[in-house]
Amino acid sequence: MKNKFSKNHLVTFSIVIIAFLLCFILISSGNATRQFKGLLVPIGINIILAVSLNLAVGFLGQLTLGHAGFMSVGAYAGCLFSIQFQDILPMIIRFPLAMIAGGLVASAFGIIIGIPVLRMKGDYLAIVTLAFGEIIRSVITNLKFTGGAAGLKGTPQDTNYIIVFVVIFITLFVLMNLIDSRHGRAIMSIRDNSIAAESIGINITYFKLLTFVIAAFFAGVAGVLYGHNLSILSASTFDYNKSIEILVIVVLGGMGSIRGSIIAAILITALPEMLRGSDKYRMLLYAIILIFMMLLNSSPKFAQFKSKLNYKTLIGIIKSRIKKEA
Amino acid sequence: MSFISQLINGLSIGSIYALIALGYTMVYGIAKMLNFAHGDVIMIGAFSVFTAISSLHMNPMYAVLIGIITCVTLGVLIEKIAYKPLRKASPLTVLITAIGVSFLLQNIVLLIFGSTLKPFPSIMEVDSFKINENFSITGKSIITMVVTFIIMILLTLFINKTKTGRAMLAVSEDRGAAELMGVNVNKTISITFAIGSGLAAIAGVFYASTYGFIGPYSGSMPGIKAFIGAVLGGIGSIPGAMIGGILLGVVESLSKAYISTELSDAIVFAVLIIVLIFKPSGLLGKNRTEKV
Repeated sequence: MKNKFSKNHLVTFSIVIIAFLLCFILISSGNATRQFKGLLVPIGINIILAVSLNLAVGFLGQLTLGHAGFMSVGAYAGCLFSIQFQDILPMIIRFPLAMIAGGLVASAFGIIIGIPVLRMKGDYLAIVTLAFGEIIRSVITNLKFTGGAAGLKGTPQDTNYIIVFVVIFITLFVLMNLIDSRHGRAIMSIRDNSIAAESIGINITYFKLLTFVIAAFFAGVAGVLYGHNLSILSASTFDYNKSIEILVIVVLGGMGSIRGSIIAAILITALPEMLRGSDKYRMLLYAIILIFMMLLNSSPKFAQFKSKLNYKTLIGIIKSRIKKEA
Repeated sequence: MSFISQLINGLSIGSIYALIALGYTMVYGIAKMLNFAHGDVIMIGAFSVFTAISSLHMNPMYAVLIGIITCVTLGVLIEKIAYKPLRKASPLTVLITAIGVSFLLQNIVLLIFGSTLKPFPSIMEVDSFKINENFSITGKSIITMVVTFIIMILLTLFINKTKTGRAMLAVSEDRGAAELMGVNVNKTISITFAIGSGLAAIAGVFYASTYGFIGPYSGSMPGIKAFIGAVLGGIGSIPGAMIGGILLGVVESLSKAYISTELSDAIVFAVLIIVLIFKPSGLLGKNRTEKV
């Protein structure tokens, strides 16, 4: 077990644990505001979604725009399971089972959608996954047992921040170990050069499908958490705007960077809430900040600035300051 | 309604989609980017025509002209400010920026006009064309189809016969080689955005008159459908966008009439997926072979 933990992973895990302890202390001592408590679960859900999408977009290099579709399938499966077994099973058994059920149904959809879709590349893949997401939403709205357009009611509200932290931890553990494994290197080789990867005997279809299914599984789990956080589950929340929101988080955090995804998920989820003071201009500011961040991130001058900005140069600057003053 | 009326209805909606799809496909062909903000340019076009008629009491013809000018200016401005610095960035960065621009346009309109839907003034007062008692074509559909047809012919002539049009073709074929041959790439991209946005304005007017109401988000659904149409026809191909858009409108109209109104969107998307499974680069798209 020990050699599976690289130093990099330990840093990420300790950041998550420290964040959890901080939240735990803040909330149990009664110092947390209601806004803060309300934000923890959505942030956590977005972290799981972003990290799982990052596996498909950042590590496999396939642009998919249907992540919200998997999330919705998982959410509905998990919520229906919980409603069914609400009186039979205690929460401590029911909720993990609901999450697994949601994840499995989402990954089943991942297989069904992945087999025809993953033959396509680039923008075509993006638009086809977007189309699948919209089909799922449209079908859920028209089915009887999902509550239709009025939404699904009666799900027990089991999600709390402790469970979300546990799920984040498990997600990170699984995904980071996957990325570091032989499978992970195969996945990244497909991103870097699929023809070269194929020529050294990597089964591209298998690995693409595997990644797609794992990403769908965690999106489904995030959906279950989401469904158990609200009193009503409505299909209209899982439109392509939701998929795009997750994609924005992944791109902003940096493709292929798990820690980046976590930080960006916190920023993007909290940003609209922080701007709530200027309620009318909230979304306008959000749009401007989004464009600005994208322009800044790809400007060559900022890249130069970023490369200079590391631990060693910072210490160098501080040392030279101290010398000057002395 | 008879089958033929449904078909004509679909052709009329489809020609609106085709106009929008042309904007997507031209920008994709030349700048190699998915311009997600294109749907909102349609909405801005409809809103500027709406303002020109209801607040400034202008003649509808001039109002449409104002709408076209607004959209062309907007399209060129967006390209200059948001997309031009990202020429060398990864396609995904450009995609997210386009989404940001789309949010920006929606929210500017939301701030100015509010979120309630506005009734769009009827500016195309033409008698319906009656053949017999139970078969007639509305004036709106006739105008929509005729205008779209004329625009498509003009656009095809423009692209194949003029120097600017051929420069556009050259840039979409190979940007580097076109630049070496003396084509001003930046200017060509600006012209492409200008034409695409101008077409979007006209499509916006048609769409708003067909549905009667406009709101800050009314551009996104026709935008996505037209985009699907462009991909269906083979993105980057101009005749492909025309065929794809019209086909999409017909499929939508027929599935609304004969299968289910609620599921019509799902059926439209399913058609796209089925076509792409058998022809991965769209109906008229070029099959690019990969070189090692």
